[in-house]
Amino acid sequence: MADWNHWQTLEMLRREIDKVFNETDSRSEPFFRTAFLPGRAARRYPLINLYADKEAMYVEALAPGVDPDTINVSVVVNTLSIAGEKRRVAGDVQPEAFHRSERATGKFVRHIELPVEVDENNVQADYKHGLLTVTLPKTEKAKPKQIAVQVSEESASTL
Amino acid sequence: MAEKTVAAPDIQTPNTTESTRHHERYVAPPVDIHETRDGLVVLADLPGVAKEALAVRVDDNVLTIRGHARHAVPGDVTYREYELVNFFRQFELNDKVDQSRITADLKCGVLTLHLLKAEEVKPRQIEVRVG
Repeated sequence: MADWNHWQTLEMLRREIDKVFNETDSRSEPFFRTAFLPGRAARRYPLINLYADKEAMYVEALAPGVDPDTINVSVVVNTLSIAGEKRRVAGDVQPEAFHRSERATGKFVRHIELPVEVDENNVQADYKHGLLTVTLPKTEKAKPKQIAVQVSEESASTL
Repeated sequence: MAEKTVAAPDIQTPNTTESTRHHERYVAPPVDIHETRDGLVVLADLPGVAKEALAVRVDDNVLTIRGHARHAVPGDVTYREYELVNFFRQFELNDKVDQSRITADLKCGVLTLHLLKAEEVKPRQIEVRVG
């Protein structure tokens, strides 16, 4: 027991607990998770959906009420970083004036590793209706190639 | 700390509206409500809701916020962490709110409602005269 690594055990336990809360089981779709920055942990926020077609990957991040000036999107190789800040309420509001405070606010940063190579120079980001959509065109190497099937007469005749 | 701050209830539980035609799933959007000198300000997070898809109504002292959220991304989903659903929430207003002068503003997925206090309940400064 001399080389027992307590920190590693603790870290594993923490991950197990996170897993239970996050429902990382890819088969179960996380319906109705529409919150932005829940109080529990800010590590995996904003929540994202990843879409793909032949030409590009699309990342849609749930970020209502984020100050557009603070949004910072950057791509390094195949890692996309999204950072920004959601401010509380415009103007100076005394804490006593609040009747309800349910919307989470704060700064956030998230790094997303993309499954394909993307063309860093042609990335576009669009913020509309509280959703941040980042379009990442695939590099030529990552695009699917159509392979023409050659039919040779000889093999066809032997059938 | 804020005295009146109420802990956020479990607002992510889906609800269904009972209707004969169709069965839609709704969640209550999280809101911030604060009071100003002139009235109340309600902020609601409605990500994915366009102006055309949002309905704010006042019927018989009940303020209703209803929004339909839409994705606008092409391609097939490869990884999903959230689902955009429809939003629905109601608040009961009292006589202190001037229901004819409610303004709504939708920006960056956040709805801002200004509910103005009725004239008769506004604080009034009374001048004291020295006789």
